[in-house]
Amino acid sequence: MEKKKKRLVIRTAILAVLAGLVMYTLYTNLTKESRGSLEEGDEAPDFVLRDVNGGTHQLSDYEGKGVFLNFWGTWCEPCKKEMPYMEKLAKEYEGQVEILAVNVGESDFQVENFAKQYGLTFPIAIDEGKEVMDTYGVDPLPTTFMIKPDGTIDQIVIGGLVQEDQLRALFERVKPSS
Amino acid sequence: MGKVKCECGRLNPAGTILCESCGRALTEKAKQDKLVDMRYEGSARRSQTYNKTLIDKVWNFFSSVKVGIWIIVLLLVAASFGTILPQEFYLPSNVSAETYYEDVYGTFGKLYYMIGFHDLYNSVWFSALVAALGVSLVIASLDRVVPLYRALKNQRVDRHETFMKKQRFFAEREGKLEPAEWEKIKEALIKKRYKVRTENGALLAEKNRFTRWGPYVNHVGLIIFLLGALLRSVPGMYVDELLWIREGETLQVPGTNGEYYVKNNGFTLQNYKAGEDPEVFNEAIDRVGTVAKNYQTDAVLYRNKNNEMPGAEPELTRVQEDSIQVNQPMKFGQFAVYQTSFRQDEMKAMHFALTNKETGEEFGEVVIDLFDQQAAYDLGGGYKVELLGYYPDFDGFTKEGEPTSKSPLPNNPAFLFNMITPETPDGEVSFAQIRNTMEPLGETTFKMAFKSLDTRDVSALTIRKDLTLPILAAGGIIFMIGVIQGSYWNHRRLWIREKNGQVYAAGHTNKNWHGLKREIRSVLEGTSVPEPEDRQKE
Repeated sequence: MEKKKKRLVIRTAILAVLAGLVMYTLYTNLTKESRGSLEEGDEAPDFVLRDVNGGTHQLSDYEGKGVFLNFWGTWCEPCKKEMPYMEKLAKEYEGQVEILAVNVGESDFQVENFAKQYGLTFPIAIDEGKEVMDTYGVDPLPTTFMIKPDGTIDQIVIGGLVQEDQLRALFERVKPSS
Repeated sequence: MGKVKCECGRLNPAGTILCESCGRALTEKAKQDKLVDMRYEGSARRSQTYNKTLIDKVWNFFSSVKVGIWIIVLLLVAASFGTILPQEFYLPSNVSAETYYEDVYGTFGKLYYMIGFHDLYNSVWFSALVAALGVSLVIASLDRVVPLYRALKNQRVDRHETFMKKQRFFAEREGKLEPAEWEKIKEALIKKRYKVRTENGALLAEKNRFTRWGPYVNHVGLIIFLLGALLRSVPGMYVDELLWIREGETLQVPGTNGEYYVKNNGFTLQNYKAGEDPEVFNEAIDRVGTVAKNYQTDAVLYRNKNNEMPGAEPELTRVQEDSIQVNQPMKFGQFAVYQTSFRQDEMKAMHFALTNKETGEEFGEVVIDLFDQQAAYDLGGGYKVELLGYYPDFDGFTKEGEPTSKSPLPNNPAFLFNMITPETPDGEVSFAQIRNTMEPLGETTFKMAFKSLDTRDVSALTIRKDLTLPILAAGGIIFMIGVIQGSYWNHRRLWIREKNGQVYAAGHTNKNWHGLKREIRSVLEGTSVPEPEDRQKE
């Protein structure tokens, strides 16, 4: 009977190892697409970018404040639509929630021209090599990451924010509680 | 279920058909059979024995060769479905699979997409089938190789005569054998590379037992191969990335975590020329016009010392320079960079001349880099061109009259200029495209006349790293060793026994019975041992 028990243990062990391998394979294969991309609750990866005026912006400098991290391009229509709201709320929430708009590698001229046209005063950084964009796994524009004062991602908004209320709700959530 | 005790005294595992030691039949069926089934030596395949718990049931399911074969058949059939239409990853990158299949292949294509055959090899059920095959391989092998090993290790020299009588090759006669005869047979067998053991008036000659392990070695190879394939999905083991890089650009090499950068120093496409190159190409050149001779990207590889953070200004040190050609990748570390594709003549810069419309007089030329524009271009002498807007992929005007661009790529560049001259110090606005100008704010004296276009090529490089290749190779080699081991040798045995005035002779091989027959004949020639006959022919 001892032997029978041993056999059951061995069989269970072998089956467990095989099941583990199978589960791991299926899991990694099925999550291949989404692997590496960020999710809500993750730590927002730090980065540093220059803006059109030669200044640099590092995400970790904003710790303690909420960050509205927006990826955009000058050709993108919904980006154009949300910019005026962003400008308005940037002023309203100054010191609490900062806007960092990351242009996806267009020329300085285009970015400056755009900022002038829309009267934008918040910092605009240019991601020349699209490295930050790749790190954040941004595909369609615009994409916005709402980052909490502790540096974690509160929400990822894909697509344009067409109403002021929507933006305001996002800002409220990442506002430092004080 | 306990052990089964044989008359010879051996305790056999439950389910044993033929006693491991003496070879007596232990089951009713085996006792009645005229010839014994020698597969797995009549040992107790474990799966046949215990079927009580769920674990045993699962084990027995995967242990079945029948199940294994069904899995293989299902895999073959399933895999073949994936070859009917192109898989999703072969589609052009600018189309959506959702509509592509229906548009190109009609209802069948739609159905194909709906069932999920467009991405068959990544589907859960296909992966599950492959996994089931892997599990079946492991369990079915273990379930057979262990009892077989036991049976062959424990076999006794003096097998019981009932065992010998039920062998396919068997003969007996009355009488005895002289010691000289024993010696003669032994010598002949040793000459034929048999391992000979004698005991109690019995002889067992055996050779090439290792060939019986062939199938299991083969399975080990397969399992290693499957493990290698499994490792591909482990981060860091496998990289397959595409990088489009324009001439003159320096970009991060994807898949290297920002450690490497590559610069494109120029792309070259060479064709074979009739007359200059070997004659063999003439016919093809006549037929299709051009035959490509070389696709080449001259690349410089840099290492970035400052890759701690994305976006940080890279600090590049040159590592190597290479001409990447088809099948001649640039190699560094565990990576290889291949020439994959190209696009020729992408627009890079445009030349315009500030021109008086009436006189045609030109007041200087501006060159606008489509990737890096300036706000103003001073031509001197009071002539100046201001850039009010740049639309790389001009798409028309909005309702408000604002020009729009549908992408950031310079496919159809358009510019809004403000031309300042001594005659028009307030400036005149002109909207210019290639071979087309518009005057949105009223007629102008001057225009920006399109002069010429600078272009450059874009090269596509594939970055690949595959650390699973050595594992796949090892699996493949072990697989082949197993095949060879199992195919080119035969496991042959000859039993001779003298008992109670009878001489018995029996032979067994796992294949090539004819070969065994000839070998036994030559060994027993000139002795009084009866030559075993093949009794299956009857």
